Amino acid sequence: MVDVMKSLKLKYMFANTASAFRGLQESVVNYANNQDPEFITCLHEEAATAMAHGYAKAANEPVMVGCHGTVGLQHAAMAIYNAWCDRAPIVLVAGNTLDGPSRVYGNQWNHSAQDPAALVRDFTKWDDQPVSLQHFAESMVRAYRVAMTPPMEPVLIIADAELQEMELRDRGDLHIPKMSPIAPPQGDAGAVLEAANLLANAEHPVIVVDRAARTPQGMARIVAFAEALNAPVVDVGGRMNFPNQHHLYQAGGRGLIDNADVIIGLEVQNLYGTITTDSDNVQHSEQRRLKAGAKLISLGMADLYIRSNYQDFERYTPVDVAITGDCEATLPALTEAVKLKIPAARRDAIAGRADTFRKSHAANYERARAAIADDWDAVPVSTARVAAELYELIKNEDWAMVSGGYGGNRTLWNFDKHYRYIGLRGGGGVGYGMSAAVGATMAHTPHGRFCVNFQPDGDMMFSPGIIWTAAHHKVPLLTIMHNNRAYHTEVMHIQKMCNRWNRGVDRASIGCAIANPNIDYAMMARAMGMHGEGPINDPKEVLPALKRAVATVKRGEPALVDIVSQPR
Amino acid sequence: MRLYRIILAGFAVLALGAAAEVGPSASKGKDTFHRVGCYECHNYQGQGGPRLTAVSLDRLKSYVRNANGNMPPYRPTVLSDEDIADIYAYLSSLPKPPAPDSIVAVKNLKKGAP
Repeated sequence: MVDVMKSLKLKYMFANTASAFRGLQESVVNYANNQDPEFITCLHEEAATAMAHGYAKAANEPVMVGCHGTVGLQHAAMAIYNAWCDRAPIVLVAGNTLDGPSRVYGNQWNHSAQDPAALVRDFTKWDDQPVSLQHFAESMVRAYRVAMTPPMEPVLIIADAELQEMELRDRGDLHIPKMSPIAPPQGDAGAVLEAANLLANAEHPVIVVDRAARTPQGMARIVAFAEALNAPVVDVGGRMNFPNQHHLYQAGGRGLIDNADVIIGLEVQNLYGTITTDSDNVQHSEQRRLKAGAKLISLGMADLYIRSNYQDFERYTPVDVAITGDCEATLPALTEAVKLKIPAARRDAIAGRADTFRKSHAANYERARAAIADDWDAVPVSTARVAAELYELIKNEDWAMVSGGYGGNRTLWNFDKHYRYIGLRGGGGVGYGMSAAVGATMAHTPHGRFCVNFQPDGDMMFSPGIIWTAAHHKVPLLTIMHNNRAYHTEVMHIQKMCNRWNRGVDRASIGCAIANPNIDYAMMARAMGMHGEGPINDPKEVLPALKRAVATVKRGEPALVDIVSQPR
Repeated sequence: MRLYRIILAGFAVLALGAAAEVGPSASKGKDTFHRVGCYECHNYQGQGGPRLTAVSLDRLKSYVRNANGNMPPYRPTVLSDEDIADIYAYLSSLPKPPAPDSIVAVKNLKKGAP
């Protein structure tokens, strides 16, 4: 089994130790000498899976996650769902003892199932429960290939305990099949030409991107496509799609969508929401933003991969041209077709768009920069101040942000490389942040990148044991706690309900605030062996604490700075 | 004479009280801003989101009553006109922020800065 893992170059096995895969674990640490895969000690399967989710997006390849039979898989379930919604490949291996009489201990019955994968089958792309070693080899290789074929997704192999522990005297005809990667499919040539024709003749084309760029090459292709049209790019933020200092990067994009005559969505999960203003308020309302006659084009794999139960496919969106294909694979053909289709008479007008977007980009940037000063001395500390002071310290490092944006930094920091940003958590499940950041940092560290995680406090408390894992394995990650002492978004939801019934909002924070007692995250970090700074209330103490923490990370160890912050 | 002084003092206290209640109160506005959760989106000093004092008090009242975006509308029973005026007074009383270029980290974010 370990030989199969080695053949697939699975670098790590993120796992919480479990009797259901004791045979496998012992083989990894002894037979494989704990190398490729290396066993990484996790304190919860949800953390292990979220780590693999972050790793996959940073490395563009999967690692393995080990899960206890039944109970471990249930712990992992939410994090698998996040990865599934986020199109992130993970190879999960869960232990199980299928043969009843072979189950020795009482708990081994609790930890076994007739069909363990059923628990997560709705949100894994493929699973199998092989019954022989040859079967295991073939299923693992197949699982890897399925996971890595766009749309990339988690897969699950059930490793039977008897199979793990049986003595193998003679390898006989056992062999490990070659992993043959599948070239991602390119969109239909006719549909590509039709789309190119619409875009080339549009007065106000707009490009919307979500999980479009899996690789640096993908990002370069989106830039080439946008530049061919001089069309603005509205980035939903599912991946690092487009350099934010490029003049065609247009944050927000509300006016652009309203004014567009052709919109193309590249791997956009929620295309309906892109063209609709949806008010989740006292009176739910929505308004279509597309002007009359505007055309909508979609390019992506979503229509090829859809399940019934979980509703992450979002609302049905009628489009004029639906190109089913991988975005990265299709963009070169689409870009060339656009160049050919642009009428000679329109070339000057298209070139002239650039100035407009340069001006609006510069104005947006300057607005965001000036806004930092607005709450520079605010108490609790302003997130914009923290982001600005940290950037001053790391801007000359080869940095990577392994979390969502913070304090306006998605506008102001220079996100010029694909590895600068890994996107968001996918399914919106809380408990992703710190674990995904640690996993992503493990992918970035061999390249010498300085990793930063902006960490919401509520999210941290779902699996705080990840702090210990980062400290134990010396994962050099800087974590800035966005400690606003609440499930902030939820307070606002309750406020909306309070106002809906006109009952007053004084109690909206009940059940949402994480205060009294206040959690000391710096102490929590120190308790688990991580460098901890804070809690910081005085904005003047931020910079010295950041300097100490940055120095710690540069020495190769993780550090956490707990900053009592403004809500946003 | 003594009774006359007491009556006079009583009138003085009442007059002072009435004077204190004339016009919006920035300190009451600060309490209300926190109590009704404005800070959740607008941060504790009102610096988040749109600048609330960039519009007139009447415009702010109108928006608060009829909000239908991300912000829920507030009815007078929850947030009176006086409360909104107090909040406006509080936000207007806050000191002006420093100039962006007076802060090194912000100045260095200028395009073309080192």
